[in-house]
Amino acid sequence: MIAALGPVEQAYLLEARQMQALSFAVHIPLVCFGIAFPAMVLRAEWLWMRTGDEIYRVLAMRWTKVMVALFACGVVTGTILSFEMGLLWPNFMGTFGAVFGLGFALEGFSFFVEAIFIGIYVYGWNRLSPRAHFACGIPIVLAGLTGSLFVLAVNAWMNDPGGFKMRDGVVTDVDPIEALFGNSHLAYELVHMYLAGFIVTGFLVAAAYAVGRLRGRWGRYERIALTIPLTVAALAAPAQVVVGDWAAREVAKSQPTKLAALEGVGRTERGAALHLGGWYQDGEVKGGIAIPKGLSLLAFHDPEAEVEGLDAVPAADRPPVNVVRVAFQLMVSIGTFLAALSAWYLFIRVRKKRMPSGKWFYRLLVLAGPASVVALISGWVTTEVGRQPWVVYKVMRTNEAVTAADGIPLGYATLATFYAGLIVAIAWILRRLAKAPMAADAEPEPEHRTAAV
Amino acid sequence: MLGLELYELPLLFALQGVVLYAVLAGADFGAGIWQLLSGRGERGTRIREHAHHAMAPVWEANHVWLIFVLVVVWTGYPIAFASIASTLAVALTAAGLGIILRGVAYALRSASSGAAEVRAIDTLTAVGSLLAPFALAAAAGAIASQRVPVGNATGDLYSSWLNPTSLMAGVLALLSSAHLAAVYLAADARREGDEELVEAFRARALVTGALAGVAAVAGAIVVRSDARWIFDRLVDTPAVLSVGLSLLAGAATLALVARRRLGAARISAALAVAAVVGGWALAQNPVLLPGLTVREAAAPDNVMVLLVISIVAGGLVLFPSLALLFRLVLRGSFSAEPAIAREPSLAGPSSGLTATLTATRLAGACFAVGAAFLVIGEGAWPHAIGVALLTAFIVLGLSALAGEDARE
Repeated sequence: MIAALGPVEQAYLLEARQMQALSFAVHIPLVCFGIAFPAMVLRAEWLWMRTGDEIYRVLAMRWTKVMVALFACGVVTGTILSFEMGLLWPNFMGTFGAVFGLGFALEGFSFFVEAIFIGIYVYGWNRLSPRAHFACGIPIVLAGLTGSLFVLAVNAWMNDPGGFKMRDGVVTDVDPIEALFGNSHLAYELVHMYLAGFIVTGFLVAAAYAVGRLRGRWGRYERIALTIPLTVAALAAPAQVVVGDWAAREVAKSQPTKLAALEGVGRTERGAALHLGGWYQDGEVKGGIAIPKGLSLLAFHDPEAEVEGLDAVPAADRPPVNVVRVAFQLMVSIGTFLAALSAWYLFIRVRKKRMPSGKWFYRLLVLAGPASVVALISGWVTTEVGRQPWVVYKVMRTNEAVTAADGIPLGYATLATFYAGLIVAIAWILRRLAKAPMAADAEPEPEHRTAAV
Repeated sequence: MLGLELYELPLLFALQGVVLYAVLAGADFGAGIWQLLSGRGERGTRIREHAHHAMAPVWEANHVWLIFVLVVVWTGYPIAFASIASTLAVALTAAGLGIILRGVAYALRSASSGAAEVRAIDTLTAVGSLLAPFALAAAAGAIASQRVPVGNATGDLYSSWLNPTSLMAGVLALLSSAHLAAVYLAADARREGDEELVEAFRARALVTGALAGVAAVAGAIVVRSDARWIFDRLVDTPAVLSVGLSLLAGAATLALVARRRLGAARISAALAVAAVVGGWALAQNPVLLPGLTVREAAAPDNVMVLLVISIVAGGLVLFPSLALLFRLVLRGSFSAEPAIAREPSLAGPSSGLTATLTATRLAGACFAVGAAFLVIGEGAWPHAIGVALLTAFIVLGLSALAGEDARE
């Protein structure tokens, strides 16, 4: 027992975990927009400054409204997450706050810079010189990158905890720099998540305009609005496949139990097969397609390599295999689909020097938007549920970290209700902004008087 | 200096964060309250519009102060944070729900049209604006009245923050938020030259200021009987000096508002809030929670050093940025009619076909080599090169495909 606040009994641990998962699932797509959308807005603004073509300015201004509405929702869901760190996991915070807290402090400043410059950028349209206005957008993009770095440093630490010693159940010799930046998971987690931000944002925005195209809304404006996000996402998606492979090999090295759960390896074996599909039961994958020696080859670059199975650890130390495995397979298959769709797009763009013209491309693009969100959340389920039953890998269990307070189911139900409302509100906002007449943005008019009339 | 110890420094920064949140987000919540109490008709609409637009550019930045306070406390005083958050779970959940309502309403506002919609959204704002400051102040009252013991939810989930002291703190927070907002909105209306609105908010500032004074006196009586420990320390030196300063600043604000010196009233109103927080901190010092001093709660020294360095370095980025934002807002740059004409552009179409082809090939090569480094390479350097090459692939790809944005 290492919890600083003493042992804890909590009947609703699963509900606490689900509540945390719900909060992440709502927050993370918004984070993607915080990371990637400002860059796309700036791209449109930059094209306007370079060409003087009004159409880019209208696009950038309309997207700015979407950006600020989503950012506001992200501020809210981010605040809730920081509350929940203490509300749900006080023993985790109390025991290790000093070890990893600095990462969140640094992230807090990134968030702050982002919030300040979003304020300046949004309300500075037409009120600052174009150059100054564009310049005020750059800190938003940079803060998105540093914010990701610091948050993922904390997550990487939870997966590969270092920078402290345990002495008689007490955390000593704390070295936050080593803890946050000296671990092997940070690099791939950062690259993987940052790319995911551009993939999710890119495909979601492109999907919105693809819907329009299928319904016959396809002018020059829509084409540009589809091309800017799609091009970024289509370049990021193939790169993500390579980064994902890197990530999986790092997991194989430092979290063999997680890898065993991802791949459904029950018993330690040499020349382990790779299974596509199927269901894990009684220590092996039933059904699906088995590729002999595939897993050993992919994970260790050696067809005869030994892959540690779930049997290497006691049953109490294993994650729920099928949850992790299905999430992982979902992420990989959607990622492959997105990369293939991207390759199609890039090929047509480069070889034929035009946009794809077939209806099927745009139908698949509509699918790619929500699919990319599913892949994103599946990826987080893979790494976070794959870490169970540990909150701090092999150091502190989730059931030692949880609050002793009553009423988790009530809090969970309340939050779920509020977040359902939040999602409805976001959908309403996006629909409204999409339907706003184009002419309203063509004239440089301060938006703040329009609401009254 | 003041004989400050290292273990106290982050707490001092966190308290400054509390003050800034109480003043800035407090004014925002106060504006939300005024949206509810705007009255009907055209004048009511104008009051609501003014309350919304004066706060809109700084909304996000104002609310991030709360996150700053949380992260500093959980890094610097983890045991205290864990004890507070677990015992005050219900209060903090209520505050969180208020913040959700306020934030969603802010986002909805950007897409709303029509009086009925705006009115409904403003009601949402108002509910959030009543809930969040009340619950947060009630939580502060719980800490002040020594109802948050050290431990994992060892205090009472309800009576810890639903007690006379907490209720008084909540009411005082609502009144002072409404008061702050009224002072600020009156000053903003003055800048925009809308004298009718100036008068409307001046009257509100005077009424709420007087009510806050009454509540402060009533609160003192309540706290004396409910939480004698903190009361005795509040009326003793050094806390009493800060509390007295707060009362003076509050009275000065009323006088300044009455004399229409609204710019100066902004400052004294903020000072009144800051001095209350300061008085509370001085009264509690050195006790953070019952049986836990600030020194005992503090993280190890090296963590505190890093935390202070981070806060100072972060502040060097933050405060110039905030100054820029507030200068633009207070100067009225964000409410004036836009005056900047679009710069004519002489730039021609970008790269020719040959350059595009080269970029495409180069991008392809970067992808292939980068993938090889990442997949086959082992260790930090090959992976760093791989990531750099994949980044180059994306950047080159963007430049190769950029010139064609508008082509069929």
